[in-house]
Amino acid sequence: MMSSFWSIWITVLTIVVIAGCFILLFVVSKNTTGVEEGKSMGHSFDGIEEINNPLPKWWSYMFYITIIFGVVYLAAYPGLGNFKGFLGWSSANQSIGTDKGIKEDSAAAVALAAKEQRWVQYDQEVEKANAKYSPIFEAYLATPLEELVKNEEALKVGGRLFLQNCAQCHGSDARGSKGFPNLTDGDWLYGGDLATIKTTIMNGRNGMMPPKGGLPIEDSELKGLAEYVVKLSGRDHDEALAAQGQASFMKGCFACHGMDGTGNKFMGAPNLTDNTWLYGGSRGVIQESIKNGRSGVMPAWKDVLGEEKVHVIAAYVYSLSNK
Amino acid sequence: MMNHSQPQGADYNYTVVRQFALTTVLWGIIGMTVGVLIAAQLIWPQLNFETPWLTYSRLRPLHTNAVIFAFGTSALFATSYYIVQRTCQTRLFAPKLAAFTFWGWQAIILSAVITLPLGLTSSKEYAELEWPIDIAITIVWVAYAVVFFGTIVKRTTSHIYVANWFFGAFIITVAVLHIVNSMAVPVSLFKSYSLYSGAVDAMVQWWYGHNAVGFLLTAGFLGMMYYFVPKQAGRPVYSYRLSIVHFWALIALYIWAGPHHLHYTALPDWTQSLGMVMSLILFAPSWGGMINGIMTLSGAWHKLRTDPVLRFLIVSLSFYGMSTFEGPMMAIKTVNALSHYTDWTVGHVHSGALGWVAMVSIGSLYHLIPAIYGHGRMYSTQLINVHFWLATIGTVLYIVSMWISGVMQGLMWRAVNSDGTLTYSFVEGLEASYPFYFVRFLGGLFFVTGMLLMAYNVVKTVKAPKESLPALAEA
Repeated sequence: MMSSFWSIWITVLTIVVIAGCFILLFVVSKNTTGVEEGKSMGHSFDGIEEINNPLPKWWSYMFYITIIFGVVYLAAYPGLGNFKGFLGWSSANQSIGTDKGIKEDSAAAVALAAKEQRWVQYDQEVEKANAKYSPIFEAYLATPLEELVKNEEALKVGGRLFLQNCAQCHGSDARGSKGFPNLTDGDWLYGGDLATIKTTIMNGRNGMMPPKGGLPIEDSELKGLAEYVVKLSGRDHDEALAAQGQASFMKGCFACHGMDGTGNKFMGAPNLTDNTWLYGGSRGVIQESIKNGRSGVMPAWKDVLGEEKVHVIAAYVYSLSNK
Repeated sequence: MMNHSQPQGADYNYTVVRQFALTTVLWGIIGMTVGVLIAAQLIWPQLNFETPWLTYSRLRPLHTNAVIFAFGTSALFATSYYIVQRTCQTRLFAPKLAAFTFWGWQAIILSAVITLPLGLTSSKEYAELEWPIDIAITIVWVAYAVVFFGTIVKRTTSHIYVANWFFGAFIITVAVLHIVNSMAVPVSLFKSYSLYSGAVDAMVQWWYGHNAVGFLLTAGFLGMMYYFVPKQAGRPVYSYRLSIVHFWALIALYIWAGPHHLHYTALPDWTQSLGMVMSLILFAPSWGGMINGIMTLSGAWHKLRTDPVLRFLIVSLSFYGMSTFEGPMMAIKTVNALSHYTDWTVGHVHSGALGWVAMVSIGSLYHLIPAIYGHGRMYSTQLINVHFWLATIGTVLYIVSMWISGVMQGLMWRAVNSDGTLTYSFVEGLEASYPFYFVRFLGGLFFVTGMLLMAYNVVKTVKAPKESLPALAEA
């Protein structure tokens, strides 16, 4: 709400400009130049003369029509300072109170909404959308995941939800990128059964590897450690260097990654033997991962999307690696 | 009959006109080439060669600044200095100051060419240059105003010709817009923060942004049109009274139109409504200029068959009419809900920028350059004709592809399935746009090719011995 000074300022300026256009058009439509219509005005500028032709009629009418439209619009909608317009329309707080049996947009409705902290239109629109779409999703939720993965229609819905909510990190093709897991390769940090996937989406995950695993590892040991990790993944390696690395590994890396390096799905500790890499498998990147640690966050979606939608997305994600 | 009493051409100051006319062509080629490059980057992203200063984000402001302030504004300087002298029948006021505006403006463009690729930006669209350059712009612009209005004051004609009204309005308003929008708190030589914040900052920005279109790219170029169309056609201006109504209505209404860039944002409802209403009423006054220009051809329509220069001018007016119909329509909130943030906006801008601004400038330069170099015509009329077709086809390819792409994007973004999910992800909209990005790139290529022909034609004309290119006898 602006002060009445500014409200009057805006109203007066607006009316002066629109009325001014109207008067200008009206006055100049009549020939008051003292020169006969169709004749030259009598001055010449570098050889250019101007004819006193009348304004084209169709053009004047068009001009009048837009002015009339403008006046009607400003009477109907907010525009002239604090004047609300006779339709009482506003971009915010539309239809507040209708669901409570109170007259729309009345002061009482707005006050009630404020009291209940049902802030404005967004809540209304969410409510409306839920009323319309939640039966569909509730039906899906009532279907066990094992059956839902066979429902083509549900998988399509899940795919669309995935594209709008998950593709930003995991990619449109769900194949991830550096730091964001590939969901199509059947390799799972926390487990790939239906229930675990759903849990992961519902509550999110915090993948945390502290720098050097929080262990007393010297920078000089990094090269050996990386070589040992390369060996674990079954690639060509320097045996002597890897043996040094194995000694460092035994300082405590096994606590999470396991004695044989196959990881631990309860903690999301990656399997180091499968040659699948979240941050990259080159010796350089492995050293970097060990030295600085890694921290990956998958947000919790239960409060954003609700369990109904997470349920459908879980089925879709499962279907990506279980055709 | 036409009155040809005028001082000899030798009396006029053509030096600064020549300088600005030639740099217009040069900056046009550079600015449009950068545009074609970034259009190509949207199809082949690897064309940024992983080099920071070649990335889209840095070259896009370079493109817009180069075409608006280097190409367009140089064209306005050249033509306004030429027209104000000839229609006031007097030499330019303060010739040294006029020379300063040329060198000053080129220095500003050069500093833009350096700072924008370096990533130095105030981040305000079309006002990206940092505060020291903003101050330089203000100084040069005031000098421009002194030269222009000084010349008007010492005119030897009783009245002020309509072209000069438009130039005058453009010069004054751009000064006000630039100063108000560029107000900032400097924190270092190359960094400043806007004096405004939040929705106020957005409103000031688009008050500036839309009136850069309204006063620089419309009023200024209407001034150009009001001289070169009647001159090239050899006909009197169609309606003096129409020019009065559309001039005053245009400048009174345009200044209100900015909020239509901010529909459905945090801008208050009343501001959005006013922006929409004023933009709609602006429709008729905008068309007033088109009608007056095209109807000036009454009795000389046959000249379009033989004179490609006149064709440039008249087709530019048609594109002007098209985009000034499209603009008010897109300002309607319901239409804007579909068009906003899509390629439709990009198409609309280029129907104005290529079809109107560039084509009216090109036509005017083809009239102006022979005149200031003592010739009756350009070196090759045939090349002008080829240029005309390249420019027209290029513009049509550009705007039609962006129309289709834009409407398609708008429809895809709002499509909802029966389960309440969005039908298309953003990437799908992008994928669908690729073919149209290619057509747009092609359109730009056509347009730049035309500019290269122009450069050749201009060099040949400028280098030709004096009066060796006589005007062709009328068919």
